[in-house]
Amino acid sequence: MFGLENISFLSAPLLWTLVLLPLLWWLLRAVPPAPIRIKFPAVLLLLGLNDKETTPDRTPWWLLALRIFALGAIIIGFAGPVLNPSNTKVSQKYLVILMDASWASAQDWGKRQSKLTEILRDADQNTRPTVVFKMTDPPQNAEALNFTTAAISLPRVETMAPNPWRPDFVQWADYLAKQEIGFDTVWLSDGLYSVDREKLLDVARSKGSVSIFEGENPVISLSSPTVKDSNLNVIAHRSWAGNVADITAHAIGPDPSGVSRALASVTAQFSNDEDQVDLMFEMPADLRNRITSVAVEGQRSAGAVVVTGDTVQRRKVALISSTKQQESSNLVSEAFYLRKALVPTADVIENDLKTALLADPDVLIFTDVGSLTKVETDAVSAWVNAGGLLVRFAGPKLAASQVNLEQERTLLPVRLRAGGRSVGGAMSWGAPKKLQEFVEGTPFYGLKVPDDVAVSSQVIAQPDPNLAERVVAALQDGTPLVTQKELGNGRVVLFHVTANAEWSTLPLSGLFVQMLERLAVSTSGNLEEIQDLAGLIWKPEQVIDAFGHIRDATDISGVDGTVLASRAFSDDLPPGVYSNGGRKAALNVMGNDEILAKTEWPAGVPVLSLAKATQILLKPHFLLLAMGLMLLDIFASLWLSGKLTKQFAGQIILIGFVTLFTSSDTVFAQTDRVSDDKISKLINNTVLGYVITGNTKVDAASHAGLLGLSAELFKRTSVEPITPVGVDIEQDELSVFPFLYWPISESQRSPSDQAVEKINRFLHSGGLILFDTRDAHLSSGLSGATPNGRMLQKIAARLEIPPLEPVPDDHVLTRSFYLLQEFPGRHRGANVWIEAAPVNAQKLSGVPFRNLNDGVTPVVIGANDWAAAWAITQNGRYMFPVGRGETGKRQREFAQRFGVNLIMYVLTGNYKSDQVHIPALLDRLGQ
Amino acid sequence: MSQMTGIRDTAENITQGMAALMADAHLLAASISHGAHGRRRQGEGEEFWQYRAAISTDAIRDIDWRRSARSDDHFIRQHEWQNTQSVHLWADRGASMLFRSQDDLPTKANRASVLALAISILLAKAGEKVGPMDMADPPKSGFVQIDKVALHLAQTNPDQEFSTPARKHMRQGQKAVFISDFLGDWDQIFEGLSYAANQNVSGYLVQVLDPVEEIFPFKGRTKLFSVNEGHNFETLRAQSLRDEYREKLLGRKEALQQLATKTGWQYYCHRTDETALTPLLWLYQVLGGKT
Repeated sequence: MFGLENISFLSAPLLWTLVLLPLLWWLLRAVPPAPIRIKFPAVLLLLGLNDKETTPDRTPWWLLALRIFALGAIIIGFAGPVLNPSNTKVSQKYLVILMDASWASAQDWGKRQSKLTEILRDADQNTRPTVVFKMTDPPQNAEALNFTTAAISLPRVETMAPNPWRPDFVQWADYLAKQEIGFDTVWLSDGLYSVDREKLLDVARSKGSVSIFEGENPVISLSSPTVKDSNLNVIAHRSWAGNVADITAHAIGPDPSGVSRALASVTAQFSNDEDQVDLMFEMPADLRNRITSVAVEGQRSAGAVVVTGDTVQRRKVALISSTKQQESSNLVSEAFYLRKALVPTADVIENDLKTALLADPDVLIFTDVGSLTKVETDAVSAWVNAGGLLVRFAGPKLAASQVNLEQERTLLPVRLRAGGRSVGGAMSWGAPKKLQEFVEGTPFYGLKVPDDVAVSSQVIAQPDPNLAERVVAALQDGTPLVTQKELGNGRVVLFHVTANAEWSTLPLSGLFVQMLERLAVSTSGNLEEIQDLAGLIWKPEQVIDAFGHIRDATDISGVDGTVLASRAFSDDLPPGVYSNGGRKAALNVMGNDEILAKTEWPAGVPVLSLAKATQILLKPHFLLLAMGLMLLDIFASLWLSGKLTKQFAGQIILIGFVTLFTSSDTVFAQTDRVSDDKISKLINNTVLGYVITGNTKVDAASHAGLLGLSAELFKRTSVEPITPVGVDIEQDELSVFPFLYWPISESQRSPSDQAVEKINRFLHSGGLILFDTRDAHLSSGLSGATPNGRMLQKIAARLEIPPLEPVPDDHVLTRSFYLLQEFPGRHRGANVWIEAAPVNAQKLSGVPFRNLNDGVTPVVIGANDWAAAWAITQNGRYMFPVGRGETGKRQREFAQRFGVNLIMYVLTGNYKSDQVHIPALLDRLGQ
Repeated sequence: MSQMTGIRDTAENITQGMAALMADAHLLAASISHGAHGRRRQGEGEEFWQYRAAISTDAIRDIDWRRSARSDDHFIRQHEWQNTQSVHLWADRGASMLFRSQDDLPTKANRASVLALAISILLAKAGEKVGPMDMADPPKSGFVQIDKVALHLAQTNPDQEFSTPARKHMRQGQKAVFISDFLGDWDQIFEGLSYAANQNVSGYLVQVLDPVEEIFPFKGRTKLFSVNEGHNFETLRAQSLRDEYREKLLGRKEALQQLATKTGWQYYCHRTDETALTPLLWLYQVLGGKT
């Protein structure tokens, strides 16, 4: 049969009435059809006649069948057929909804939200006490389940957001196991395998029935980027191998103007049975160093975004030796040790100072360089001041140079005594000195001092008031081994020993490399490769949210290195980039050894898809069918009795046509797009454009909104716009529009690179885009807390948008036509943002506003849902209510005034601002 | 005021109906006048007969001076002796006549009135006297009378289900035209016609029927009403009655024919889906033939 096993009935006993259908057949045949009433003047002639036939005329069989079907459909309809019934029987009254709410859920979070809403609505209808848990938040221990009515949870669904980590199933299993009452569980799983998942499942099953919802698409994640053969290499994983799938990843970093954009893109393909694929970005080292993150296109999850930290960044280190290629063996030269230590993680330049500085190195290392010329000193000082790191090693030359005998020099952290000292040599007393443990607060704190490091010679610092604070490492006798001082934005560090093994065994030990690492001379952003995490406070610089958006961390305090290494994500330790000193460590959602796998649910647990509507109640369909059949029956009966006259049929056809025509009319409005032959029309007229988001409702509202605004403009001003036009930003020519309205919709696709370029050109050439997140009722706007806000951030991040500020009181927008102080739409209160005024804007005397000069803001950003306030139907009625009563009317009026002002501003620029010159002009005219 | 407008409305309705009727009838009549029966219209129906020599008893004013001048004798111009016909018309306009089976057919009453008026016009042109049978006035000649006839025919009496031939005193030798469907009670019809026949007038029966009344196309369970719903008949299988009904109708036609034969009258049956010219032609011929 046609999948009849997928249908069940809510009240199956009602189906027994189907037995009555044959009875109905007999009955309908027995009862003659209603007599046809006809006027007939010759009736008198008939009066004497006898009706010989006793069997009445029969209802035709097909009409009978029609009626039987209609009745059958009604019976089946009321029996409540359900397509795809959920096999979970309600066994408990209480309902617990578990949401994995992990980064892997973020990709189809919208679907999860709507599924959750559906479940909650259902629970609300059945008055089941419900509690919703986001399992990425730890359970509130020792508390009984706090069941509430589902209606209370419903409004929270909209703002619920996943966390960028995986839930701790053990914790939750323990928590739920402690509960005494039984409950049913609905589990919105992210579909990723976890060892502990089964434990939680067992607990849930012991409490009641469990049904599970999973997404249909594999989860995609990226491994930490590595540098292989000077290429940036990232491996993309997916949680299960399905069909062939293309994957495109972008390497993102600041472009020369500092704006983050995709610097390189790579497309690869998962073959049929592969669950991972290599993504290789070929790019020059300079470009690679700028990469801050790699993201998979079209994926909205933290797993599909990796930050690089220092992983792929290699510092440029310039080694400057005083001696060029000495006779002595290379193996004992100072440069050799440094080269060995640095080459794996840094690009080493060996050249003379002048050339090296031209290459703009990150670090400059002087090995035993004595005196510098004045020119050289100035050049290096300037470089350090600009943020460079100068590391100097002592040596015989420095000791002999007496450079810093009398007073502190710029390029040395401390004053040095002449000559230095040696200990433990053949000609001196004492044994070679060991190192003191590193003191807390110094860059080396936490490094382990090996026993075998000994110092036999060093340069000695002059006692100074500020000596103590400049010492970062010392020998056991308290004499400094490493000193540093800040110089401008940069640092100067001095090792009081040589970089080779002549003066100490330090360069021979592993400590040497670690110390260089700590000084950020060489870097490695991989957590696994940073051996000295412990004891350092790492400050989050950037964090990744579950949707894969990277934002600057401002409100999170630093964490200890050990916590960082534990990768125990929480609100206090979100994934992202953490920094310590000059180093940046990348903490990505997926560890290097973690692999994605699909959850294998044990048999007997119903696993349902998020997308497929779980239950389809077929009752309305059947009743509709019955109604359709009955309508047919009406026509058939009419036709049979000869009452289906031409006029009647004509009316029906007319109504049908009208319905068709009106519906096709709206379709026409939707496809009212810019084509080439229209462009000339658009150029010759003023026309307002709106960006088509793909969301039919939003687009219809935009169209109606701009129609309303156009009408108001026509009425109130000399601007006479024609019908507004929907713009597909991917395809259409934007330059013909002075103004675009862009409502933000979550379902919108991000514009492609070409589109972004086009929009930027539009903004540069004087166009204005009004972004409207339409959600001022959800938040006070632009905080990024709402889905639309996030979407706007995502779109706007790629556009060249200048710094913004809320519209100041004296902005032209407040007086380009009407005098306004607020800009309400359907909502009010949210700030409206425009390009920030120049810092040096002066207020002139006698003029109530500043001289803001020229320049129209390219964007206006708000959340007040203006289109809805402007929107009118074709008949000129307002489509959406605004506020209530008189206040609402006033609010709509102000919304319209804002629209008028905005268009005036778009069309006339800062013309009104020129009024500042009126006093001067009048003066010149001698008035 | 309202009464006045009411009257005016009614008047307009009536005259409008009349105008339409007149238009139809004139059109119909004109198509005959141009046919083989074209008559001269010179004089008031007076036709030149002969000149005879005047005798002394003749009045001087009777002498035709123009003819006399061409000879020595005096001549008198004698006219054809003409005996004007008086034709009484009865067009049934009862409720049963207000029926039509399809919108593009005229009602029987309409057809009857048009026929009556058209023949009136033709007769008036020929100088005969015409008058409705259900109007007390005697028949008159002239076109003013036509207007009166038209005005009278434009009025229907839908309250009466089946109307019977009007009883009017007619003189011997006058002519009576009865246009009806003759579907009412036979006894009443017979009585009405007999009344006229007893006055020794020559009668002409035109039966006007709707095609439905001849064909009886009904099927299935049917409830048949007379136009005013005064009578009804219900059948379960209408198609089985068809033959019997046709027989009955044929019986009625034969009864009419018999009546005509007995009294020396003439009978004609006309269906509204045929052209009105045929019955008019027939009427014109039979009326003219007796002249």
